[in-house]
Formats: sequence, C-alpha cells, structure tokens
Amino acid sequence: MSGGVDSSVAAALLHEGGVEAVGVWMRLHDVADTYSEFKKSCCSLDAAEDARRVAGQLGIPFYVLNLEREFGAGVLAPFLAAYQAGETPSPCVDCNSTVKFGALIGRARKLYECDAVATGHYARVDEVDDPDAPGGRRFRLLRGADPDKDQTYFLYGLRQDQLARTRFPLGELTKPQVREVARRRGLVTAEKPESQEICFVPGGDYRDALRQRAGWQETPGPLLDRDGALVGAHRGAAAYTVGQRQGLGVALGEPRYVARIDAAANLVQLGRREDLERRTFEVRDVSFTAGRPPAPGVFACEVRIRHRAEPVPARVERLTADEPGRRGTWRVEVERPVWAAAPGQAAVFYRGDEVLGGGRIASSPRA
Amino acid sequence: MLPLLTEDFGNPSSPHAYGRRARMALDEAHEVVAACLSAQPREIVFTSGGTEASNLAIKGAAWAGRAEGHRIVTSAVEHDATLHAVGHLAKFGFEVVELPVDRYGRVDPDELAAAIDERTILVTIQMANNEVGTVQPLAELIAGVRRVAGRRVLFHVDAVQAAPYLAIDTQALDADLISLGAHKFEGPKGSGVLWIRHGTALMAQTHGGGQERYRRAGTENVAGAVGLATAYRLTCDERADTVKRLRRLRDRLRDAVSAVPGVEPTGHPRQRLPGHLSVIVRDADGPGIVVALDLEGIAASAGAACTTGSPEASHVLAAMGYPDEEARGALRFSLGRTTTEEEITRAVEVIPPILGRLRVGSVALAADPLGQEVGV
Repeated sequence: MSGGVDSSVAAALLHEGGVEAVGVWMRLHDVADTYSEFKKSCCSLDAAEDARRVAGQLGIPFYVLNLEREFGAGVLAPFLAAYQAGETPSPCVDCNSTVKFGALIGRARKLYECDAVATGHYARVDEVDDPDAPGGRRFRLLRGADPDKDQTYFLYGLRQDQLARTRFPLGELTKPQVREVARRRGLVTAEKPESQEICFVPGGDYRDALRQRAGWQETPGPLLDRDGALVGAHRGAAAYTVGQRQGLGVALGEPRYVARIDAAANLVQLGRREDLERRTFEVRDVSFTAGRPPAPGVFACEVRIRHRAEPVPARVERLTADEPGRRGTWRVEVERPVWAAAPGQAAVFYRGDEVLGGGRIASSPRA
Repeated sequence: MLPLLTEDFGNPSSPHAYGRRARMALDEAHEVVAACLSAQPREIVFTSGGTEASNLAIKGAAWAGRAEGHRIVTSAVEHDATLHAVGHLAKFGFEVVELPVDRYGRVDPDELAAAIDERTILVTIQMANNEVGTVQPLAELIAGVRRVAGRRVLFHVDAVQAAPYLAIDTQALDADLISLGAHKFEGPKGSGVLWIRHGTALMAQTHGGGQERYRRAGTENVAGAVGLATAYRLTCDERADTVKRLRRLRDRLRDAVSAVPGVEPTGHPRQRLPGHLSVIVRDADGPGIVVALDLEGIAASAGAACTTGSPEASHVLAAMGYPDEEARGALRFSLGRTTTEEEITRAVEVIPPILGRLRVGSVALAADPLGQEVGV
C-alpha cells in the first residue's frame, strides 16, 4: 500500500472479497527523512500515514516493512550504474522484479505464511493450459483493462513463480472506476492526485540522486553534432539521456536531440529528430514470462519501448543461445521506426494483451 | 476521571464552585501520589507524561544549577527522553558524561562516583531499563555520589519503566527528582508526574500561570492527574501480589522462548523487572518477528517503538556490547497486572514455533534477498 488510491482500492477489494489481507508500506529509501517538506512523492511519510489510515478504515492489519537494503541493491545501484554507463535506467521494472514481487513475496512467504502479494497495478494475470509447461498449466501476464493505465511495461520481468504469487485486483477496472470505488467507500485517498516521479528523486531531477548517492560531479566534455563537429560542452555524460532535447545549451537552427552517449569517452552526440529513428535494435537480458521464448529462434510480436507507447509489430530473432529462455540477447526489427530507443530502457514484447517478456535496449555498437 | 470531564469541568484555578470541585480532585491526586511515594503533596508536579517529567527535571535542574557547574552525568542506556534532553543541553555549553554499562546494562557505582567532579550539578540514571528490563543498583549509585560530592549534586531518577513493579520510598531513596508516566501502570496516556524533593531548586520550563507552584504553568489536566493517581494507588496496593505472579509467569515464558535454538535472554538475569522479558533472536529481524507475532494475536515489541521503519539499532544493546547484527534480532515481551495464566499458556505454545520459523525464513531470505528463487 503506497498510500495512493490504487493500492487503497486493491486492498479494499481483496478484503471485501474475503481474502485475509495484510497491509504493508515499504520503506525503500531515506528520502522520507531527508525531504520531510516534500509532500508529493509516493514514498514520503505522509504516504505511509495515508496507507495506515486506509488500512484502519478497512480494518486490516498494517505494517511498515523496511526494505531499504533490498531496494538499494535491486533498484538504486543499477539505476546509478546505468546513468554512469551512459544508459537510461528503468527503475520501476527493477523494483517490480526484485522488490515488490521479489523481496516482498519472499518475506510474505517465508516469514508471514502469506500466499501472495497484491498491488494496485493495472495489469491482469490468468492461468491457461499449456502442454509444454511444467504441470500443463502456465500463468499469463495480461494488459490491464484500462488502456490508459496499463502498467505491464514495468512488469515484464516477472517469472512464472512470481506470477503465481501475484494478485492484481484492479486489472479489470479503469482509473475512473477505481476512484469511484474509493469514493463510495469513503477512503481517505479517494481524491489523491497521481504521483508520477521516481519515488527516490523527490525534486524530479535524477542528477540530484547521482550527486547524493553516487558522488557524481559535473565533468564537462565535448558535445558533438550529428556530423561529429564540436558544437559545445556538456555537463558530463551521465547528465544526459537519449532523446533529450531540453538543456543542451546549443542552438543550431533546427531542433537537436541527444542521439548517442559514450560514457567511457565522456562524449555526447546530437542528432536531428529523424536521426533517432530506428528500425532495428538489440535487446539484452531478455526474460520471458513463460520461462521460455514463444519460439526457439524467431517470433513475431509487438514491441513497446516506453510506458504507454503504441506497441509496434516486430520480428524478434535470437542472437545468443546462452541459458535458454533467460538473459539472452535478441535482435528486434520493427515494422515502423521507433524513436529514441534509449539504451538501458525496457523493450517489452506483447502478443495482443499478453506480455511475452522483454529486456533492456542494448547500446548499439554501430551508432 | 469521567466526572472531571463532564459535570466537574471547572478550572481548578477558578474560585467558583465548579473550580473548587476540580481543585479538590486535583489536591487529592497530589495527596494520593505523594502517599504512594512517602512524599509530601507539594513535592508532586503533574506533567503530560514521563518524557515531560524528565525534561523538566533535567533541564530545570541544569539551568537552576548553572552558577555552580555545568557537568551532567548520565548513562548510555537511558531512554531518549533523557539522552535527547541532555544532548539539547550540550548545545548550550553543558558537559554531558555518558557512563558505560556492563553486559547486563548496569552502571558501576564506582565509575559513577569517579565521574563526579566539583562542577557536576546533576546525575540522571534510570531505575530500570525499558528495553532490557535491568534494574540499576540505585541505592549504591546514589550513595557513591553523596560520598564523593562536596555539596548536594541533584540526582534524577527516571522511574517510568520501573514504577509499576518497584516500590519507591522517597524517605529511603536519597534522590532529588523522580519521573513517572501513568501509561506504564494502566493510567491515562499523556499524564505523568515529577516528584521534586522539597527545597530542590528547579527552573520552570513552561511559563505562564502559577500552576503547580510555579513549576509547570498551564491549566492542569485534572482528569489525567486523577486517573494517574488512582491507577498508581491501585498499582501500589496490589504490587506485592502482582510482582510475585508476574515473575512466575515471566519465567515460564522465558523458559519456553529461550528453549528455541538461537534465542537468548538479554539484560540482568535476576536484577530485572518481573513482568519483562527481553531476548535476542539470532539471524532474525525484530520488527519482522513483531509482525509475525501480531498476525497470531501476540503483541510484542522490537526494542523501542519505531513508526517509520527506520533501521537504527538499539543504543541500549550497543552500549551493552551487542554488535548490530545481533541487536537487530531484539525482541521484548511485557506482562502486566492483567496478564493471565491462560494467556501465557497460549503464548508458550504459539511463540516458540513462530520464532523458529522466522529464523529459518530469515536465513533463507538472507541467501536470496531479492526473491529470485521464490519457488511456486
């Protein structure tokens, strides 16, 4: 229970459905201590209070669990490392895979004898016959019924054992319906605004997190135009992200975007909008929700390279054969160009409503 | 308490009939508490709880004694109400000496005496520790201070945790200031007492009206004072029986809990509060155990209460020499006057398997902290 309306309603629906529900607010980092004035983040102490009040309204037990160490190892460290390597991290993906449906499921099962973890994500899980699966059944991760709110992009990393222990009570609802449920029950979070920013970056500028948590300092380096011409200085490769347009400090007559970041050489290269369009890219650390790819070598699907982007039909081909079904690298050829495929960002494979799996966009050796 | 919140709602400082009735009740509360402490009614100041009582004692004594010195001596295992109060005074030039404790959490009387110099104005030591239940050798500690000090060094006793179980006789105990909190003996939360030996110089910390003989300004919480007084009187009347019974029940619980592999009691084995059991569960995490126990209807505590889930280890166990990785498994069970034989019978059945399960689960979690091998 984050203290927002979604997890509040998820808890309410579980409880009303006769499930013995236990409310948990995860303390994941020290932002609540250091930014006591900050009111908006889902992770502030106010949020914990809201979650506590909702649990009280529902009459379910409520606890604060400290998962700072797990969040540090599973989310913060990769986040900081990605920027320092010139990539764009996907912390919410890591948080789902390693904290909410990793460390938390582990605690729920091993310490508290709970069967599953439920969250307020807009996504669905079902179970289908699959003669190729162990036991003849397998769990599918499906898009939430509300197309505007579908959060499966951040959930692609869940494995079968995790999906088996996951409940998404909001999967069939739309956001307006969720608010209505909250209002009808008089939940104190019913009218609470959405929180969008990264929970451990309360000011909204991830460079603050780099400074405070990784000792990052601005290290100016060459800013190159698309043809390699030196057009200025940047603040340090880690301060940029592919597709970025604001804050480049150059005016070249037509719009420029960050097209390539080379952290090792501390280089940032710009491009025109069309220079960032890609028809093929590689995806590393690929995992499949079924535990294996839909086909051993090549399969067709739709690909999403950012949350809520329209999935694009694609052909996906295996490049590496290491450890079947997990952590391989695959090449994606999209039917229509995708824009600003930032290395480190998640690329998620869909087939209709079903999430097949996904991975992280690899930095392209050719670019 | 109820009449003071309804028909007898007057302000005890008002001269009219409503005020007089409230004043009567408040005077009687002073008398009742004083009688329990073998003290005089005018030595009693009602406060908003143990924390305010200790703050008034420590800050009031420090500022009143500033002309004579600036050294304050305390111990490393005090409650935060004490440690944070003296820490605040340190910002204003007071010198704070924090005495170490032994493995059981006890202060050595000789070490305390050695810490007293001519600039020392205040000693503040608890009667018993809230986290590990250890009772301090207060008589010896005070005697040592009296022996070496050339003048009267004020001695404040934080008796908040001890008050339900240890009799306090201010004729026998040569202290100057004693803090009590009502909620520890079934009185109303938000009500406390500071006993101030007659003639002790103390600077008020709240200013306004002349209530409580100018030592604590503000309209009195009459209902809270009456509730505290009644609860304390009943506690003192029944103490001998309660202590005998709780010691037996606690020992039963202790034997069952310490039989779990990896569980060991903390604090002094004999010089401890009768209704108090504190243990360390190895490999496990106290807050996690508290959750598991609560889900089974057992209310326990992991060291001091913590609402935000911050991971600070107990300063008490650290002072007693426990490394962080052991201290994080700290767990405390409190028995009270209302605890029954049947409840302990259930507790000794329910708690040991949970502790065993938590230890096994915690070891498994440590091997796979991010749940990458959850298993279906």
